[in-house]
Amino acid sequence: MNLAMQNIDLLMPEFIMAGGGLALLMLGVFLGDSAQRIVSNLAILVMLATIGCIAIHSSDGSLSVFSGAFQVDDFGRFVKVLSLLSAALVLVISQNYIEQKGMGRFEFPVLVIFAVLGMMLMISASNFLTLYMGLELQSLSLYVLASFNRDNLRSTEAGLKYFVLGALSSGMLLYGISLIYGFAGSTGFAEVAAATEGGLSLGLVFGLVFLIAGLAFKISAVPFHMWTPDVYEGAPTPITAFFAGAPKVAALALFVRTMISAFPGASEEWVQIIVFVAILSMVLGAVAAIGQNNIKRLMAYSSIGHMGFALVGLAAGTEAGIQGVLIYLAIYVATTIGVFVCILAMRRGGEMVENISDLAGLARSRPGFAFALAMLMFSLAGIPPVAGFFAKFYVFLAAIEAGLYPLAVIGVLASVVGAYYYLRIVKIIYFDEPAPALEPKMEARLAVVLCLSLAFTLGFIAVASPLVVSAEAAAYSLFP
Amino acid sequence: MIADIAFYLFSGVMLLCALMVIGARNPVHSVLFLIAAFFNAAALFLLLGAEFLAMILLVVYVGAVAVLFLFVVMMLDIDFAALRRGFMTYLPVGALVGLLLLSELALAMGAWISVGSAGGVRAQPTPDGVTNTEALGRILYTDYVFFFQIAGLVLLVAMIGAIVLTLRHRPGVRRQSISAQVNRDPAKAIENLDVKPGEGVS
Repeated sequence: MNLAMQNIDLLMPEFIMAGGGLALLMLGVFLGDSAQRIVSNLAILVMLATIGCIAIHSSDGSLSVFSGAFQVDDFGRFVKVLSLLSAALVLVISQNYIEQKGMGRFEFPVLVIFAVLGMMLMISASNFLTLYMGLELQSLSLYVLASFNRDNLRSTEAGLKYFVLGALSSGMLLYGISLIYGFAGSTGFAEVAAATEGGLSLGLVFGLVFLIAGLAFKISAVPFHMWTPDVYEGAPTPITAFFAGAPKVAALALFVRTMISAFPGASEEWVQIIVFVAILSMVLGAVAAIGQNNIKRLMAYSSIGHMGFALVGLAAGTEAGIQGVLIYLAIYVATTIGVFVCILAMRRGGEMVENISDLAGLARSRPGFAFALAMLMFSLAGIPPVAGFFAKFYVFLAAIEAGLYPLAVIGVLASVVGAYYYLRIVKIIYFDEPAPALEPKMEARLAVVLCLSLAFTLGFIAVASPLVVSAEAAAYSLFP
Repeated sequence: MIADIAFYLFSGVMLLCALMVIGARNPVHSVLFLIAAFFNAAALFLLLGAEFLAMILLVVYVGAVAVLFLFVVMMLDIDFAALRRGFMTYLPVGALVGLLLLSELALAMGAWISVGSAGGVRAQPTPDGVTNTEALGRILYTDYVFFFQIAGLVLLVAMIGAIVLTLRHRPGVRRQSISAQVNRDPAKAIENLDVKPGEGVS
């Protein structure tokens, strides 16, 4: 057997996703668009099967395939399960929406599957080629998903903007990768790490800067965030929910692995950049969201801010920091999906409404819904004892342990400023004069996902220990 | 000596063609110059002994990309003069960005340290006794099979995307049915009428 093919069975989760995607594509083509619901449900099953496959192999330790191009370890498994869960939940909540909007086509779940497959490749990438190929597979699917409602001007505009800016960022990323390849002599992370052990040459610094610029673009960190509000507002709401979850998680995991595995000897250089990007993201996420009236735009700025907070953990660069990033991502995904369920449930007279003012006085007409949304907002703001507080707690603790006091102080201040706009929504829900009531009924699927998200957010203290332990193991696996 | 002359000839013509691509007023001429530039680049690859790349360049870039450009230019009514109108106003900014990138490249190149063994690898692009098509195939389908497969998936997604975003099923479209055409026979297709002089067919 060829040397490159050793350990090929480690790719089993990816094989299930790829095979599942192709099979569902065939099924959809033969059954036509009427099969959209079947394909969507089967896609959820494929994702659950993949999670099961990852869970079975959870005690395998760290191994690599294709001469180190694809790394399977606890870190990868943790983030993959998180991305898969997030994507599966999005498929659950998107079903009725896309049917009502007349975009019920079977390609939707198929594209989601391929996007998640791209994410899984990104998460396991330990070679710049794998990194780039995974990123392109994911991005290309996301561009199409953003403009999936092709008869809607704003959706197509969102897709086009995302595509043009995404192509630009891919260009920067490739420029950086080619410089790194030229100066380090290899595209493998381990080889690059060996070449950069004693510090970076000038060419490698340029490469690193371009690489970080490209990656920051994918997680929409400031100053590469401009596309986010427009794309989030224009894309169909379930797809915005998808954008806010899995791709962010995968791109941040890719960011973490690239920095920790490929440039361990150059941490002085990249920590400076990450600190800068993190501070800008936290501050802009907190300040720019204040003036927003559209709740999807608000969530876009919120996600920019949250990526800044998560980067604080990466800036620490320690095991505790990476553990903080992973816990942050898990809590962020769980909370965000709940908020997007609430946005999907904002309907009046059969039409979707997206303005924050439409929520006014919601507590009187829909006390349960209002309570759920308020708790999720508390979590996003980071108010104890809900989950969001612990997310911020772990990353800031790691930053303080690593001696990054100014970063931690600015982060806490930014989260106080950010709390203003989250609490403003709570105030609007509970204390403002009621707007015309929203439709009273919520679909069962939405209600189930909302309850799950709410239970996780409120009961985080109870479920914290397995999450914290597995995040610790995942972070540990990243450091040799 | 002849190889040198050929190199300077092809690279000189290629540079001229490249210049004309951005210089030509008529966009169709631009695309034709682009195709000429591709041919010269392919000739340069041949001089290097990379015959596979040369052929791929012709097949992919001339055969597909350039023809696609030509279609776009001829079929879509794009006013290129209007697109170029802002050229002079944006020139300073563009020149600044270009200058920045150029100086970065120069800095990066200035820091280049060539490893001693690098020359040896470069002098022998293919292993002995194997054509470079075969050598490429050997590593593409073994060491790089993983990337090859992902590239296939990326292309599949591109295809799905193009279909999702553009395919529309219109009702009442008359399509060619080849089997119906083939199955026609003279008995069904021709009707013999006995037409009297001066009456015509009703």
